Amino acid sequence: MLRIMSRNRLAATGFAVILLAVVAALSAPWLPLPDPDAVETPNRLRPPLSPGHPLGTDEFGRDLGSRLVWGARVSLLAGVGTAALAMLVGVSLGILGGYYTGWIETTVMRLTDILMAFPYVLLAIAIVAGLGPGLRNAMIAIAIVGFPLYTRLVRSVVLSVREREFVEAARALGSGDLVILGRHVVPHLVSPVIVAFSLDVGAKILATAGLSFLGLGTQPPTADWGSMLATGRQFVILRPHVVLLPGLAIFVMVLALNLVGDAVRDALDPRVSYD
Amino acid sequence: MSRYLVRRLLLLVPVLMGVSVIVFLVLHLAPGDPAEIMLGSQATQADRMRLRADLGLDDPLYVQYGRWMGHVVQGDLGRSLWMRRPVLGEVLTRLKATLLLTVTALVISSIGGVALGILSATRPNSLLDRTSAVASLFGASMPVFWLGIVLMVLFSLVLGWLPASGMYAPYGGGDLVDLVKHLALPAITLAAASITIVARLTRAAMLEVLGQDFIRTARAKGLVERSVVVRHALKNAMVPIVTVIGVQAGYLLGGAVLTETVFAWPGVGTLMVQGILARDIPLVQGCVLVVALTFVLVNLTVDLLYVFLDPRIRYE
Repeated sequence: MLRIMSRNRLAATGFAVILLAVVAALSAPWLPLPDPDAVETPNRLRPPLSPGHPLGTDEFGRDLGSRLVWGARVSLLAGVGTAALAMLVGVSLGILGGYYTGWIETTVMRLTDILMAFPYVLLAIAIVAGLGPGLRNAMIAIAIVGFPLYTRLVRSVVLSVREREFVEAARALGSGDLVILGRHVVPHLVSPVIVAFSLDVGAKILATAGLSFLGLGTQPPTADWGSMLATGRQFVILRPHVVLLPGLAIFVMVLALNLVGDAVRDALDPRVSYD
Repeated sequence: MSRYLVRRLLLLVPVLMGVSVIVFLVLHLAPGDPAEIMLGSQATQADRMRLRADLGLDDPLYVQYGRWMGHVVQGDLGRSLWMRRPVLGEVLTRLKATLLLTVTALVISSIGGVALGILSATRPNSLLDRTSAVASLFGASMPVFWLGIVLMVLFSLVLGWLPASGMYAPYGGGDLVDLVKHLALPAITLAAASITIVARLTRAAMLEVLGQDFIRTARAKGLVERSVVVRHALKNAMVPIVTVIGVQAGYLLGGAVLTETVFAWPGVGTLMVQGILARDIPLVQGCVLVVALTFVLVNLTVDLLYVFLDPRIRYE
């Protein structure tokens, strides 16, 4: 990781931004910040640089800076958690679908085909419609529409590794499926999956923020960058900062993640040229 | 070719069946009683039981699915619980608005993206090329709904050039000029991310083709550069470009939901979100099914386009 960062200044900046956001999010309870949910109606919609509220306040007089930091906890957790869930399900199914032929392979592949026959935003919305709005359900929905990406990737790697001589040799020596998979197949999956994951977290933050924006993710009064944007929308004429700031937070965070993701891909995937 | 087409159309059946099963299950396993939502909290237990029986909500799931599918194949998507009107008519009306928005965005991103990609490929490392690389990174990182709001604030509220929301002006509008004005901001917002993707892919595909021998031959026989780039290189780079445009078509169709919500565009997306918040299951099912069908047909069209672009591809 350090080697990647020293080679690529943009990625290093991105990494610093992520680190700062993670530290701020983790230490939010101990930072000298006002209560993010404390309503102060006399101080509604104060512009940035107001006394006591460096980033201004929202439509209920809640401190925007504090809500952005507390919102980072929700948004980052949603992005990482969703991508991790999608990866876990996708990788497991990809290994099964690639290693075992017959009905397992058919079932896994048809399932991913069907999920990919939907525009994925739409499917996520439909799933949230079924499960009911809320952050946890939004994360499940996005993980469901996101796992076929990992399944396809992992299956293609497993299919090629399965035919290699060392797997055949292990089998000839009498190794069981678990040993072959654990010792000889899974190590080949690590670097493509890390690359896919590091590029996926940003996309998942965007997706959960999108569902929150539609009112299907985080529910009030919890602060989350997407829902802050949604509620601030009505006041955008009066005070653009209530919309601009949370949007900027999402944008900068996802940009930083994409920069680091690109650098990780360049470092781990020798097929990529440096053009 | 016709045999391939028939086979592809037949293959649509299991995919659409799967789609319908998922949509049906997801929405029917959901917590919450539609009868209670329709009648409100004042209704008695007996009223709710009667309505549940009338709607067939007490039957086993597979019976409900069978009944629903039986109606769907006849073009009956049920009645909206919330609007008390047939779902199909409502969805099709809204689909026109969504398709208008999606197709306009697709045209903008295809023409803009291909043009930008060609310019970047013919002048690698120029200012334009580097700007387009940065723009593609920004495009992949920017929340589309935020971009929409920013454009709306800038062009509608500050500059006052374009209307902020809706499809037609409430008074005195309704003509083509009015429609185009209302369409401009949502279409540009929706196209923004995919224009950069199409541009990057066009650039990569063009760079690869421009390095091949037949391009040198074309230049050697004295063709003007324009003709080399457009007639020889672009035509051969078209297959990956059409693929990515096809993927973008699907992405735009789904992504339209967010853009429609920002600009209050009367499309399927806004209808579906309203349906979800009203817990109107038949309406949501209808929206998802119709959009999924459209999406599948778009993918099929893209596959068929390959044959015309590259005669070496044969589907048999």
